[in-house]
Amino acid sequence: MSAVPAAPPPVSAEAGQGLLFVPPRARPAWRLIPARVVAMCVVELQKLRHDRTELYTRAIQPALWLVIFGETFNRLNVIPTGGIPYRDYLAPGIIAQSTMFIAIFYGIHIIWERDSGVLTKLLVTPTPRAALVTGKAFAAGVKAMVQALVVLVIAALLGVTLTWQPLRLVGMLAVVVLGSAFFSCLSMTIAGIARTRDRLLGIGQAITMPLFFASNALYPTASMPSWLQVISAINPLSYEVSALRGLLLGTPTNLPLDFAVLVVAAALGIAAASALLGRLAR
Amino acid sequence: MTDDNTPPGQTPAALTCTGLTYAFGDGAKAVDGLDLSVASGEVFGLLGPNGAGKTTAIRCVTTLLPVPAGMVRVFGHDVAADRMGVRRLLSYVPQQLSADSSLTGRENVSLFARVFDVPRKERAGRVAEALEAVGLTEAADRMAGTYSGGMVRRLELAQALVSSPRLLILDEPTIGLDPIARTSVWEHIMAVRAASGMTVLVTTHYMDEAEQYCDRVALMHKGRIRALDTPHRLTDDLRERRGDGSSPTLEDVFRDVAGSGLDEEGGEFRDVRRTRRTAARVG
Repeated sequence: MSAVPAAPPPVSAEAGQGLLFVPPRARPAWRLIPARVVAMCVVELQKLRHDRTELYTRAIQPALWLVIFGETFNRLNVIPTGGIPYRDYLAPGIIAQSTMFIAIFYGIHIIWERDSGVLTKLLVTPTPRAALVTGKAFAAGVKAMVQALVVLVIAALLGVTLTWQPLRLVGMLAVVVLGSAFFSCLSMTIAGIARTRDRLLGIGQAITMPLFFASNALYPTASMPSWLQVISAINPLSYEVSALRGLLLGTPTNLPLDFAVLVVAAALGIAAASALLGRLAR
Repeated sequence: MTDDNTPPGQTPAALTCTGLTYAFGDGAKAVDGLDLSVASGEVFGLLGPNGAGKTTAIRCVTTLLPVPAGMVRVFGHDVAADRMGVRRLLSYVPQQLSADSSLTGRENVSLFARVFDVPRKERAGRVAEALEAVGLTEAADRMAGTYSGGMVRRLELAQALVSSPRLLILDEPTIGLDPIARTSVWEHIMAVRAASGMTVLVTTHYMDEAEQYCDRVALMHKGRIRALDTPHRLTDDLRERRGDGSSPTLEDVFRDVAGSGLDEEGGEFRDVRRTRRTAARVG
């Protein structure tokens, strides 16, 4: 076997480009997560700018829920809503549901990135796994925010009486982002376990509807049987819906508790997905 | 700050592997006691059939697979102890077509400028230079999904170059490309290497490419290196041993060191599927 050859002489500046000769300086560790969140969110916005088809198609289902389900139950008047029309009561639930549906299948996107090599490349960048997962979680949040705004407009067009106070709308977007961060991390965690698109699809479909029905999105928790109330109490979607109702309709809720549950759920989701992300790259 | 025993004032080797071993869950050793040293500025080829252990070895080097301390060092940085430091020194282009087809070429490169912490002030300039270095300035604002296979490979090269890596790792960079596109990709790799002095570690099935472009090659088979030298010395050595006046190629050298039955040991189903998928997407 051969000896290792000596290193070649240093390269002259005029040999090629300028900036590409100098490696970028490392950021301080505390700036890594915000920087990666911005990077992933920018990519998500760029994709939405190039192709808005998903935006339009995803508006159909919430519109149907509000128009058909909301209108029918509005007439039936069988669900105790505390004196507000059922369609108004339903609208925040549909915002939460439609954004959850986007986030819960985000793991498929990660598996696609694994299959196409994009994930492998990102895992070889100076990005801790937690920062990459947080970036992806908030990128899912960007998609969810756009979806929430679309549903909000549809609801307004259908005559739902919602608040338009800017601060409350910002609060709504924050709730949607946190909820999506949790559900997308749940999806990435399942992706790390299931590791194939088909399995993830199956598991995603199996848990989506139970999460939805075991929440207060369609009916108040008090109307549920006691065993379902227990599940609803540990379901982050219930806190998301409560916060959205409180912010958009002014119904009574414990906003600090809602936010606290969503923040803790998102943090736990990020920790779990980060721990399992490496399995996808092997 | 490196943590090896390089004497003061001397450049550490770009890559050293000392007894690198990696076994998957079933206990099979994909890499079995790999000893390797790649000099700074060298173009080093890791050759072998599917399943030889090339990709697993590279995954160990790139921090994708965990390795014990002291087994792998990149410019003196221990891969096990200083993952982030190692990742800042290298760029990796995997075998799959890893550019995002739903973004433009410029956006694809810009993403990697962001994740390598290129400051905002110089991001646009750096991205433009990386695209120019691979001849994609004109096509920069087209969707990557409209690129040809060769252009996608060059785009991936631009993504890798935007962070000014000292070690560029390419896993089968020309697989599935037609001869003209293969030559074009290699010409860009060699031009950038000549301009920047970066070290290039490349795996390939194509012995002719290795012979033409690599300073040294290691022939891998069943997780081990069977021969390591410059392509010329390897072929000259075989010619002398044969003594029949023939002119052996690197492929002949490989058959000589690996023995017969190579076509029956062409890697696992997963390796072959990945290779074919990439070839299909490129073609």
